[in-house]
Amino acid sequence: MTTRAAIWRATWPIGLVLLIAASLSIGAASLWNGDFSAGWLMMVSRMPRTAAAMLAGAGLALAGTVIQLTVRNRFVEPGLTGTPEAAMLGLLAITLLAPGAAIGWKMAAAAVAALIGTAGFLLLSRHVPRQDPMLLPLVGLIYGGILGAAGLWIAWTTDLVQYLGIWRLGEFSGVLQGRYEMLWLIAALAALLYAAADRITILGLGEDYARSLGLNYGQTLALGLGVVATISAVVVVTVGAMPFVGLVVPNIVSRWRGDNLRANLPFIALSGAAMVLAADVIGRVIRFPYEVPAATVFSVAGAGIFLWLLYAAPKQGRVHG
Amino acid sequence: MIETKDLRVSIAQSELIHGISVTIPKGGITAVIGPNGAGKSTLLHTIAGLQSAASGTVTIDGTDIARARPQDRARLVAILTQNQPMLGRLTVEDLVSFGRWPHHRGRPRPEDTAIVAEALAEFALTDLSDRLLDTLSGGQRQRAFVAMAWAQSTPWLFLDEPLNALDPRHARDLMTRLRDLSAPGGDGRSVVVVLHDLNTAAGFADHVIALKFGHLFLAGPKAEVLTAENLSSLFDTPFQTTEVKGRQLVFPD
Repeated sequence: MTTRAAIWRATWPIGLVLLIAASLSIGAASLWNGDFSAGWLMMVSRMPRTAAAMLAGAGLALAGTVIQLTVRNRFVEPGLTGTPEAAMLGLLAITLLAPGAAIGWKMAAAAVAALIGTAGFLLLSRHVPRQDPMLLPLVGLIYGGILGAAGLWIAWTTDLVQYLGIWRLGEFSGVLQGRYEMLWLIAALAALLYAAADRITILGLGEDYARSLGLNYGQTLALGLGVVATISAVVVVTVGAMPFVGLVVPNIVSRWRGDNLRANLPFIALSGAAMVLAADVIGRVIRFPYEVPAATVFSVAGAGIFLWLLYAAPKQGRVHG
Repeated sequence: MIETKDLRVSIAQSELIHGISVTIPKGGITAVIGPNGAGKSTLLHTIAGLQSAASGTVTIDGTDIARARPQDRARLVAILTQNQPMLGRLTVEDLVSFGRWPHHRGRPRPEDTAIVAEALAEFALTDLSDRLLDTLSGGQRQRAFVAMAWAQSTPWLFLDEPLNALDPRHARDLMTRLRDLSAPGGDGRSVVVVLHDLNTAAGFADHVIALKFGHLFLAGPKAEVLTAENLSSLFDTPFQTTEVKGRQLVFPD
């Protein structure tokens, strides 16, 4: 290991701890002037908000890694596979069919729809020529656009547009105790992914090698897609869409440490958690006491990082498609 | 022994293999030759279970490959395909370790680690073991994939045009290794290899299977198949053979 890597390894957990401290202490209501009981504020708002940002970031980063290995394209992310739009359609459907359904059922409907939407993208991806790696994300963008337009049309005709607006842009100001706990499902899914990490990495070698190594290809694919769809649906339903997280974080970690999922999973999860938390903290500070959505902050930074990833190919290698 | 019976394979509604019945003997190197589009890769993929047959059967050492569990199949035959993964920034050691996956399914035992180390040494990769695949030259990467297939420790080792990315020295090294490990008294493997270079087939193979337009053209011991007359008719172009220092050479006229 180079010294630079060693320094990184030592400093970045400290950075994460500082970020968490910042997230817990920054907000329109002060912890110290006695407006509210500090302990109550912590329990009801600050800790849930911090946990939500970290869980969403970790989840989207992991989902991005899995979808990239599954379709073998580095420029794809869960937001570019029609997954959130499909989740939205599922949510609309259950809202229309069973308006009083409990949040758990809404969640399940969104997850099932997300799974179907992601499977549709996977079917499409098999027919997209692989020579140009940028083609598949574009196809995903159009596919998501079509699903999104369908959702918007349905919402328009049924007077549910405002309801959609609530969660189209990801932000954490509405996170309170009792309204975000669904996100802890991501921790369970991360554990499941860790158990299946070798299988997912082998999936990234392609169908031929996966079959040659005796992997049950269809089963593993279904597992990967199920995880991606569930994470996307949980995030979109509880905090909204967070573009670029699933694109940028896996690419950075892949450059830094390669693609072995078992070795990298904690790094991917923690990097995603740290970056989304940072975006949320910046969004809270930049126009204090008003807030800029974390998704907006992340998109601005993420777009820049993405351009850098496109043009600065790793040493002696290239960005593979 | 591998046996195919009236094997037919279709991809995207067009039949590429038109009823091939062939026997591949155990031990030694069997070369698969033929013009472009003859179905060499398709035959290899189908026998290895990566491609399903439209009709007909494949049995490897008595196991019906279409009915075998994926895991059992992966302990019977390892294949190096031409499609190297585009994704997969893995270290050489990680890649070769995945060759052991059919045996340990995620829980490596000491013997697995030992075999990986042996594979790295066998293919001169020990010094490169920490390097990521996409920082290697084409030839080094090819060797890493061969080492992975070797580490699978299967009685049958398939290689689809393994010499493509290799310079003459590494091509010769690889063929020599394949000959050593498939020779009687080696480690008892049988090698089936798709080759474009007929002189490599002439120099290293024991048996030759010649395909043309998805049909079996000829199969048998090297000396019987690689004659000027057969090759001229197989490739629709005149061939000559000659002998240099006791080795048979074939070349288009």
